[in-house]
This record gives sequence, C-alpha cells and structure tokens, in this order.
Amino acid sequence: MTIILTAVLFATLLGALLALVIGVTAKAFEVETDARVETVTGMLPGVNCGGCGYAGCADFAKAIVEGRTIPSQCPVSTAVNITRIAEYLGITAGEKEKTIAVIRCGGSCAVTVRSPYNGVGDCRSAALVAGGAKGCDFGCIGFASCARACPFDAIEMRDGLAVVHPELCTGCGKCVDTCPKNLIILTPAAVDVHVYCSSPEKGAIKLKVCKTACIACRKCVKAADSETQMTVNGFLVTANYSNPPLPDLVEKAKCPTTALRLASQHAAGAYEGVSK
Amino acid sequence: MSDKPRKFKGGVHPADSKALSASKPVQTAPLLGKYTVIVHQNIGASPEIVVKKGDVVKKGQLIAKAAGFVSVPLHAPTSGTVTAIEKCPGPACVSVPAIEITADGQDDWGLPFEPITDWQNTDPAVLKQRVLDAGIVGMGGAGFPSHVKLSPTKPVDTLILNGAECEPYLTADHRLMLEQTEDVLLGAAILARILGLKTAVIGVEENKPDAISKLNGVAGKYNVTVQELRVNYPQGAEKQLIYALTGREVPIGGLPMDVGCVVQNVASAVAVVEAVIKGQPSIERITTVTGEPLVNPGNWRFRIGTPVSKALELAGGVKYQPAKLLLGGPMMGFAQNSLDVTVMKNTSGILLIPAGQVSQYTSEPCIRCGRCVECCPMDILPATISQAVENERFDWAEQLNVTACIECGSCSYSCPSHRPLNQHFKRAKAEILAAKRKQQKK
Amino acid sequence: MSETETTVVQLPDATQLVVSNSPHIRGGETISKIMVQVMIALLPAAIAAVWFFGLAALQVMALCTFGCMAVEVLWKKAAGQPTDSWKDGSAALTGLLLAMNLSAGAPWWICILGSLLAIGLGKQLFGGLGYNPFNPALVARVALLVGFPQLMTSWVAPQPGKWLACDALTGATPLAALKNHCSPASISDLFYGNVGGCLGETSALALLIGGAFLLSRKIIKWQVPASFIGTVALITGLAHHFNPELTPPALYHVLAGGLMIGAFFMATDMVTSPMTANGALIFGCGCGIITSVIRIWGGYPEGVSFSILFMNALTPLIDRYTIGKPFGYIRIKKEAAQ
Repeated sequence: MTIILTAVLFATLLGALLALVIGVTAKAFEVETDARVETVTGMLPGVNCGGCGYAGCADFAKAIVEGRTIPSQCPVSTAVNITRIAEYLGITAGEKEKTIAVIRCGGSCAVTVRSPYNGVGDCRSAALVAGGAKGCDFGCIGFASCARACPFDAIEMRDGLAVVHPELCTGCGKCVDTCPKNLIILTPAAVDVHVYCSSPEKGAIKLKVCKTACIACRKCVKAADSETQMTVNGFLVTANYSNPPLPDLVEKAKCPTTALRLASQHAAGAYEGVSK
Repeated sequence: MSDKPRKFKGGVHPADSKALSASKPVQTAPLLGKYTVIVHQNIGASPEIVVKKGDVVKKGQLIAKAAGFVSVPLHAPTSGTVTAIEKCPGPACVSVPAIEITADGQDDWGLPFEPITDWQNTDPAVLKQRVLDAGIVGMGGAGFPSHVKLSPTKPVDTLILNGAECEPYLTADHRLMLEQTEDVLLGAAILARILGLKTAVIGVEENKPDAISKLNGVAGKYNVTVQELRVNYPQGAEKQLIYALTGREVPIGGLPMDVGCVVQNVASAVAVVEAVIKGQPSIERITTVTGEPLVNPGNWRFRIGTPVSKALELAGGVKYQPAKLLLGGPMMGFAQNSLDVTVMKNTSGILLIPAGQVSQYTSEPCIRCGRCVECCPMDILPATISQAVENERFDWAEQLNVTACIECGSCSYSCPSHRPLNQHFKRAKAEILAAKRKQQKK
Repeated sequence: MSETETTVVQLPDATQLVVSNSPHIRGGETISKIMVQVMIALLPAAIAAVWFFGLAALQVMALCTFGCMAVEVLWKKAAGQPTDSWKDGSAALTGLLLAMNLSAGAPWWICILGSLLAIGLGKQLFGGLGYNPFNPALVARVALLVGFPQLMTSWVAPQPGKWLACDALTGATPLAALKNHCSPASISDLFYGNVGGCLGETSALALLIGGAFLLSRKIIKWQVPASFIGTVALITGLAHHFNPELTPPALYHVLAGGLMIGAFFMATDMVTSPMTANGALIFGCGCGIITSVIRIWGGYPEGVSFSILFMNALTPLIDRYTIGKPFGYIRIKKEAAQ
C-alpha cells in the first residue's frame, strides 16, 4: 500500500513540478502573435502553392495583416474570398488580373519525331541527355515535371505532351520554372488564342521534326482584326498578349499546321489528329 | 618510378572488347565530297566564324578564330567552297552551328604554318603560340584547349602523357602509340620544352604490351619514362592518372597544375608534332570505328567534319540493327540519334552497341549494397547522393560533394538495381551551378 | 542516307537508336543474382539442418520460403502494384533466413505467421525492398519470440542422419543450458552442429563455408562478420578471464547460438546495414557488444537477433557519420588554411 501511495505522490509531485517549469518557460519566452493572421490563413486556400510570392499561405496572411501586400495577390482564391479577407481586415482587396499557364508546344508523340530514351523520367534530367531525345530542340519533352509540380492537377500528360486545363489552372506559376525548355508562360486568363509552338528555327527544319509547328506563314497575322494582334518574331508568330486576338481568329486564319489553337479546345484534345 | 604497374583506389573492370579493332592498322579515310565542320569542338568559348557562304578555302585555312583564352581556332579539313553555315546535328543530339565545305578535290594546302624543325632551340613561347594557332585540344574526349594547359599559373614539375585509354572498345590511342611511337615521344619532348621541363612520363595500361615495349625501345632518346598502369577503369581520368603516377591528389574543383602536373593526351602530343615540325593545323585524328554489329571494325584517320554515316560505311556497315550509336567510349561517350553528326577533334571512337550489351536503366529501388561506394574513384557516396537528387534536395547533394564527381560512370556500371546514378549527378551539378549563377546575379 | 539504296552497305536505322546517359554498358550484377548467391551460400547450412533435424527441417524451410513469396505476391496484389517483385528472390531469401531462425519442430502455422510478419510487417509496410529499416527475417523471429515464447524456445534435439525422426526428443540450446546451469555441449559438437537450436544456429562449419563463399563473391563486406565475431570473442574472453564462473570461454560463445548465422547472413543484409566500410566496422562492433552483454548479463540466453535489430535502427545514423572525405578533399582544407 505504501508503495502505491509513494508512487502516486511522486508522480503527482513530478507532474506539478514539470507543469510549473513549462508554465514559466511559456510566459518567459512568449512570442506576440496577431490573432488575425490565423483567421486570414484560414480564409486562404491553404494549398501553399507560392503563387503569391510568399512561402505558403500562412506567410502570405502575415504579409497581408502587416500591410506588405494585398489580398488579391493570391492567384488561387476566388473573388468572393478575397473580398471577405479585405472586409475582415478593413482594407482594400485591390485588383490583380487572373492569369493561366500556357505550355507553348503542340508536339505530342503522334506528330513529332522522337528517339527512344532510357533514363530518369524527369524533364530536367532528360534535357541534360540529348536534349530530351526529341527531334525538336525546343519542344515539350513529355516527362511531366510540370504536371508533378502543379498543386491543382491542372496539367494533364496526353500522348507525351503536357496540356494545361484552363478551368483548373489558377496561374500560381509553380510549373514555370520546372520546364527546361522554358515553354510555360503565364498569360491573361481572358485570352484564349495561343500559338502552340516556340521553336525559333526555320519552318522547313521545324516541319521535318514536327507536324504542328508554327511555320510563320502569317495567315493568322493577315486574318487578325488588326496586324498588331499577332507578333512575328523571326520564324515564329506569337499572340500579342497586350492586344490579344479574339477567339474567332482560329476559325478565320485556318492555320495550316494548327499551331494556332484555342486553349480550351487544346485542353479538350480537339486538335489531336488534325495536324496529321 | 617503380616498374610495378600502378593504380588508384576504386574503379571497375568492364570487359575491354578491344580485340575487335586493336590489331587493325590505321587506314586513312578517302577524301569526301563534303565536310560539315561543327564550330564548337572545344571546352570553353565557341570560336568565331571568319568565313561566309561562297568563300573559297584552302586546306588548313582558318575558318573560325579563337574567341578568348579558353577557345581554339578551327581550320578547313580540305580545299573547296563554303556551301553553307547552318545548324546540323551536334554531339549532344541538339542542333549546333556548323560550316559545310564542299571539296574541290584538289586537297591542296593553303598557307600552312612555317615548319619549325629546330624546335630544341626555339623559344617555348613561339612553340606554345603554334599549339594555339593549330587549334589543338585534348583529343582524349574532353576537348580542353591544349594551350591553356600549357600556360600554368602555378609551378609545374611533371608532364604526363595519357596513353591509358581505359575506355573499353577504343583502340585509337593504342594504334597511334604503336604506329607513331616516335611522334608520340617527340611530342612529349616538345611539350616538355614548352613547360620548361626536361622529362615526361607516359602512362599506358598494361593491356597494351606491344605499345609499351615499343615505347620503351625509344623512350630514352627523348627523356621520357614509360609507366605501366594496372587495367582499371577510369585509369585514364586525369585525376586518377596523376594519383597513380605521382601519388598526388588533385583537389576537388582544382586543376592538375595545383599539384604541379600537366596531362596531355598522346593524340594531342602527335598533333603538336604535326603543328610544329610539319606546320599543319589540327584537322584530322585517328578514330576507332567499332562495335559488334559492324562488318569491319577498325581504326581510321578521319578529317574533322566527316559524317558518322560515312565512317560507318567505311567500316562495312552493320550486320544487324544496333541499340545505340555512341561518340566516344561506352563508359563516358554520348549516345546519338542521328547519323549526320560529324567527327570532331575529340571523337576518339564511333561505337555501335548491340541491344544485348546496352545498359537498360530501370530504377529499381536501391538495396544499399554499397557497390557504388566501393568503386567510386572519387570516394563519394553515389547511392546517397542519387536519393538526395530524387528528392530534389540539391543542397544535400552538394554537401555530399557531388561536385567532385567526374562522371566516369563506374557507379552506374556496377549498380545491381540499374539505377541511372550518373544522370542524377549530372542533374545535381547543373542545378547547383544554376543556383550559384542565380546567387551571383543577386 | 541515300547511299544505302545504291550500295550493299547497310547502315543502322537512326530512328531506332536509343539515347541515354553514359555509361552505356553495365556489369552483369542484378538484384536477383545477389539474392540467389546468398541462397546458395545458405545451402550448406540448410543441408546440415536436414542432416541433424530430419525432414521436419525441410518442411519448415519450404513453408517459410514459399510462404514469404506468397505473402509478397498477395501484398503487392492487394496494394495494386505489379506482382512480379517475387522474382527478384528477396522474398524467398527472407523466407529461407526466417526458417533458419525457427526450430525444426515449429508448427506449420508459426511458419506462415512468420512469413506474414517478415514480409508484411518487416518489409512491405515500409515500402518494400530497399526501404525496410529492419532485417525482415529478424523482425519476424523477434515478434514470434515475444508472442510465443514457449513455442519458440522449445527445441528439437539433433538426431544426425535420422531422416524421419521428428519431435522425438526435445533439448535445450547450448546457451540456454548455460543460463540454466546445465552441462554445456562440447566445442566439437558446436562446430559441427550436433546441438539443439534453430535450423541455422547449429553448424558453425556449414555457416563458415557459406560465409566464405559470400566473402569471395564480394556479396558481403568482411568488416561486419569480422568486427561482430571479434567483439564477441574479445568481450566474452575478457569476462571469462576475470570470472570463469560468469561465462564460458570465448570460443564457446563464438561457436554457440546464432552468432555465425547472424554475423554472416543477418547483420550483412545490405538494405539494413551501413554502406561505408567504416560504418560496417562500427555496426559489427555494436552488434558484438550488445550480443555479449545480453549473453553474459541479460535475461535471454541469446542476444544476436536483438543486437542486429538494434543496430539496424542505428544504421542511418552510422551511415551519416561515417561519410569519408572524397578524393582530393584534404588539400582544399590545407589550402584554405594557408
């Protein structure tokens, strides 16, 4: 009986002592935190994509509360959520144009020349070996580095080509740096017409290795409402994102290689097989 | 120097497969109608093209001049007309600029350099200038400009000639040492004079006894010592060779001159002889064309700019479809996906490997057997580093000294799990370099 | 390329040329070859087990080997992964090693349960081959030992050459006999294996033959068995020297119990032991110290399996602190100091 009592007593005393130590330490080393930071963090999407430029949602929330940035810098949150954060903190939400990623290549396995490759299944590793073993030195290698980096599963790998689904893409930009061929750019979400090619080579060289390359025939430039809507840069035409062409351009231009595409239909696979 | 063959720590013993071409004397490839000379053949800056389309050039005429110190000039392989300056398949399977020269069939030398026959009494600086002017690079594989190695900023006491040729299949240096023994040794003597040294050492793997005995026969005349080396890959890697011959360790990130050594390939030494004694720039080299699928493997003297397809035709074509076409040896060579790539100054071999011998990377899990750790000549931990890279932790990889890796491939060779270790290290090095550049910009 | 049509010279088809990073050739070593060689090395011990314990030993070995392979396949199937991983031989080897850790009298369900524990708990739960921190066979052995102490410590006495004699006699292992202050077996009996115990615990001779094979094939590092056995010999030798009452001589300890199989086959398991040579030395020493302490002063008669499991847990730490300096490293430091 005494043994039990001793044990109980000892345990109680030890517990009390430790509690005291913890309590004193917690008071002595207390860090002042703003309760609002936690609330704002809760209102953010919580995917920690880094699209705002901060190290995750909590860091971004801290920056908002401290007035270093504005809620609309979050590319993922819906407008309603951003307004809610702004109202909660009593600040202005600000405005930021929604962007989405575009992978400027249409070269799926079916339409491009490729060599058999054997090695690490990662674009950045593959690019170091024979430039990814693709006929075109500038095209999508197709080992899904960008798709793995996407926190929103917005990038689908289809027949060796990375395709962005515009409705899922939030424009966080996490994929941009993962592409060794620098194919990914963030474009205004409102623009639907893109040139899915980024090879600066001559048209004849491009056509040797890819059936859907931009050959700079300028049909789209002529068909556009104004010539400034498309930019010609050497042997490559790109959409002018500060003065974007309208979606009907794709119909009007009748691009012979279907390099000029609508992002929404590109994602749906509407051009697969067309360029053969 | 002791008579015992020397070696370094670690290494692997791949089947050497040299018998395919070791007994085949060097043949000179016939003059072709067209040569496509890749402009960037050296480590360092790409030379500047000085000709334009339509220009008529003589054999040996300068067609691209050195751009900076670590760069070498380029010369026309034959006389004819520049018909195109365009991109062509490069050794890394990416298109690179090249100068296409259509031969006029005359093959006449334009203004070759003045031959310097009395080299013993010539100013070393003049000789060094000749090495630069002739566009000589390390012909063992890397293509490092020779004149840079000959301009050490630290005191140098040892000149080493690399005749190890540790890569399986390759026999170009072997044949060279056998057939141009005196040239190799004369080249060593000239290089020694440029460096202000009296002697030189030539390291040869002991699987070339005929070359060793032939070298030994005349080496005394040129004050050169011949040292046998144990057969162990990568014996011909600069740092391992220096260690085997002198016991000195080149520091990580350092150069041979940091330990008082200069290493030159035997083929580069012969190129120096041709530049100095004959006044000819570096426009041709001996290349081994080999592999089991070939009808007639052998060694040829090719001019730079010779397409691989022509080289394979000379070797009689193939008996069956090979799995891989390589420039260089099987351990460090580059896989090609085009037959239009052309011979460069550092193309020591054109190699076809049948499907049965090709290493298939499958990335089974690492079973931590430690074979890679055992054979790593640089004493790093390939297995641990590859795991760090797989997790994209390049900072770990750097801490584990991935930058010391010489990419010899011994680890991947010995891995029972078929892991692409070497590729992981290449990636890690690239990422670390990119991160450093980014930091410097800031 | 056009020339191929006009001449008989045949050139390779460029579109079928594989590109990959160097090196382009590889040594013939594969995982399954390593596993098969370890199993070959176990063959003398397996034959010795059948010689001493009869066909019952064969039954245990077959049950465990096929049990482990079956568990591997079923687990992979349940996890929706490719089920061909049993082909690499690692599951079969785990099974054989597990059998070596069981008594010839072990009932069939112990074998199956052991297989489940080894492959399921010991290996697949951590992600399969290459990811398991502990030796799977030992995980199963210790789990069974803790779960069924009675069953796991009742041994069949050896009956050399009597094939069908099964569970006729029960006898204690030499080490257990020591703990209970019974008369120990003779050194020669220990060496040849004419003692009670697990299948693989008996014949030191057979295990030495297997170990020599593994060493000659460079499958295992010499550092592990050398330092393991050396440490046990040293500590028990010293203990015996100062107090002969406490423990028998070193030779007895080296030959008795699971030290031989532990040092040559269990502690050298590639996945769960250090990769570096120095790490292997430390690992072996650690195993030796723990084994000796348990044997001399601990409650269990045998400590090899516990010691190896404990050191398995320390392996990542050992690996981390035994990273050697790379080639050419010393000079950097010297130069930096100047």
